[in-house]
Amino acid sequence: MAVLNEEQEMLRDMARDWATNESPVSAFRKMRDSKPDERYLADTWSAMAAMGWAGIVIPETYGGSDFGWMSAGLVVEELGKTLAASPLTMTTLAASAIVLGGSDEQKAKWLPALAAGEKVATLAIDEGPHHAPDKIAASVSGGKLTGTKAFVHEAHGTDLFVVAATDGLYLVEKGDGVSLSGRALTDQRSHANVTFDGAAADKLASGGDDLLDQILDRARILTACEMLGMAQQVFDVTLDYLKQRVQFNQVLATFQALQHRMADLFADLAQMRSAVEAGLEALDSGHGIGRAAAIAKATANDVLHTVSREGIQLHGGIGMTDEYDIGFYLKRARVLEASWGSSSQMRDRFATLSGF
Amino acid sequence: MATLADAPAAGTDDAFREEVRAFLAENFAPELKGNNNALSAVEGPSTETPAQKKWREAMGERGWGTPTWPKEYGGGGLSRAQAKILNEEMMKAGAWNPIGGMGVMMFGPTLLEYGSEAQKHEHIPPICRGEVRWCQGYSEPNAGSDLANLQAFAEDKGDHYLVNGQKTWTSGGQWADKCFCLVRTDRSDKHKGISFLLIDMDAPGVEVRPIQMISGVSPFCETFFTDVKVPKENLVGEEGQGWTIGKRLLQHERTNISGGGSMARMMGPSVSDIARAYGETDADGRIADPVLRDKIADYEIRWNTFLLTARRAAEESKASGGVSEISSVLKKLGTKLGQERAELTIEIMGLQGLGWEGEGFTEKELEGVRGWLFGKAFTIYGGSTEIQNNIIAKRVLGMLDHQ
Repeated sequence: MAVLNEEQEMLRDMARDWATNESPVSAFRKMRDSKPDERYLADTWSAMAAMGWAGIVIPETYGGSDFGWMSAGLVVEELGKTLAASPLTMTTLAASAIVLGGSDEQKAKWLPALAAGEKVATLAIDEGPHHAPDKIAASVSGGKLTGTKAFVHEAHGTDLFVVAATDGLYLVEKGDGVSLSGRALTDQRSHANVTFDGAAADKLASGGDDLLDQILDRARILTACEMLGMAQQVFDVTLDYLKQRVQFNQVLATFQALQHRMADLFADLAQMRSAVEAGLEALDSGHGIGRAAAIAKATANDVLHTVSREGIQLHGGIGMTDEYDIGFYLKRARVLEASWGSSSQMRDRFATLSGF
Repeated sequence: MATLADAPAAGTDDAFREEVRAFLAENFAPELKGNNNALSAVEGPSTETPAQKKWREAMGERGWGTPTWPKEYGGGGLSRAQAKILNEEMMKAGAWNPIGGMGVMMFGPTLLEYGSEAQKHEHIPPICRGEVRWCQGYSEPNAGSDLANLQAFAEDKGDHYLVNGQKTWTSGGQWADKCFCLVRTDRSDKHKGISFLLIDMDAPGVEVRPIQMISGVSPFCETFFTDVKVPKENLVGEEGQGWTIGKRLLQHERTNISGGGSMARMMGPSVSDIARAYGETDADGRIADPVLRDKIADYEIRWNTFLLTARRAAEESKASGGVSEISSVLKKLGTKLGQERAELTIEIMGLQGLGWEGEGFTEKELEGVRGWLFGKAFTIYGGSTEIQNNIIAKRVLGMLDHQ
């Protein structure tokens, strides 16, 4: 754990208490089984908004708290532990796109509503099952956007899309010319293919040529925070299980073969936390963001992949049941691994940014 | 560790920085830049040039080779902030620390914690001046990972101990002046029968035989003790306290192994630089082989992350005033990465990276090969990776004893 300031510690403790008491994994189960239109529970989101979490990276002039990315990351990590289903991450990322690339008018129109949680927003970047920001076909002509975005996170409940087109990023409101076709993935959260057919598009013109890269780096780092929370939880739950389960008249935790596997995972997890926190520090300092994001996402992908597999294996047959939570982490893990950059893509980007 | 007290800052940081600069300008001759000869136990006998000797003496006189150790024992008595300034200015000037070896890295900090006043006054100042070379008498033929099984026996003869037994893997034993040693003083209790004893390597009955290693060199020795008389005042702590003191020393050893130490000296250019020097690159200067490029990026990401983890462990320990629980993973991670780096380098260089001796190879290439072989020791000494895993599982994760 990074050495935090008082404000960050308070925020983290608040998020931890809330997730544990108000949004445990049973809340995710309830959402999954009741399948609300938005794919999250309305009271979950309103509670988060009431605590100000939607405005953590939004400037105070626009109704946010401007606490910074480390603070945002701490909250997202805690929510990842209990798989709290909400549009918090996506709304935060979309808001940061407006902060970086929006005009004063666009900021005034959207940021206060996003900070208050009155509106929900998301990113619509990729157009196929793989993250491929260099293969964008959606285009804008005469202020009208045409194209299809694939597997858009939190599409069901969103009010606003930040859409990547051939010549930059655009704001598109849900409404005329926007249609959704849901894609139920293993994590049973909100994903949809979104078709824009001449939808009114408002360009984010101020962010510079690399605005999309800047947003994607933020997406990689914040997603890695959720993954860190998930990996930590899988590890903790598995360790508890090994200390309770008895076979051959002894608890599993006494077997050296299992102890060494847990020691390996513990070391992996230490590396993952370092990489993720360094990503957040880079965002707050503004230095070395691209490389830090590549390191954070590549490490998060690889470690969560391993931890989520080992979590099931070390639970044995009971880990295969829907009754146990452990499988949910595996099913969310792969979705996040494939979003915003696979490990090999992140390594390629790291190498390019490092000059080899 | 109360004995490594932060001395009150003498004047302001700026004034101290000026003092350091003046000292370096006067004492660090430019021709010493890159011409390192720290008094290291594993790299052979000291063959100091007059300029190197002068530099060591200048640093030793100030105690700046051991900057945060207490002044009364010959240390620098600097605060952490001042030590940082000293380090920064030395780096800027290209100056290296001429005071090193096991005395500085392991034995000194342990003696400052557990030694008597008389022992500290006797042994610490020569370490601070870089005048004495210490070696470690821990492992025995039947006490490797199971170190507490050691059998070298120190028999109580009233005013002295009579020591008989064999130690092995004594790094730099053939060049050492003194040995900090774990010996058995009681055969009835495995752990509480161990004591921490200081032995002169030139005492009658001490015999040292170098062991030739797979790397072709002999940095380790077998050490034999036959009726060696050791005065009672060379016992550190109480009789039977050796296991506690010995483990504390191992913590210092692991910190040094993982945090750099022998490994960092092998680092040199990055793997990607080596790949571009030895392999093909495309028009943009990228490594042409995409599989190799991916592998190198994977390695460098994990190495970068390890440096972040080491930094985080230090920050957390400092903030909490204790030892961060992730410190326990540094040895295991760092040593593995050090070995991976050497393997990856050889893969990049092909057969040019496997030269043993003679023509056709540069000095650096030959050093790299020996380093690759020597590096197989990283995951074995200082508590093997398997022992580290036991420690993590039991002490940090609270998993129960498997025995």
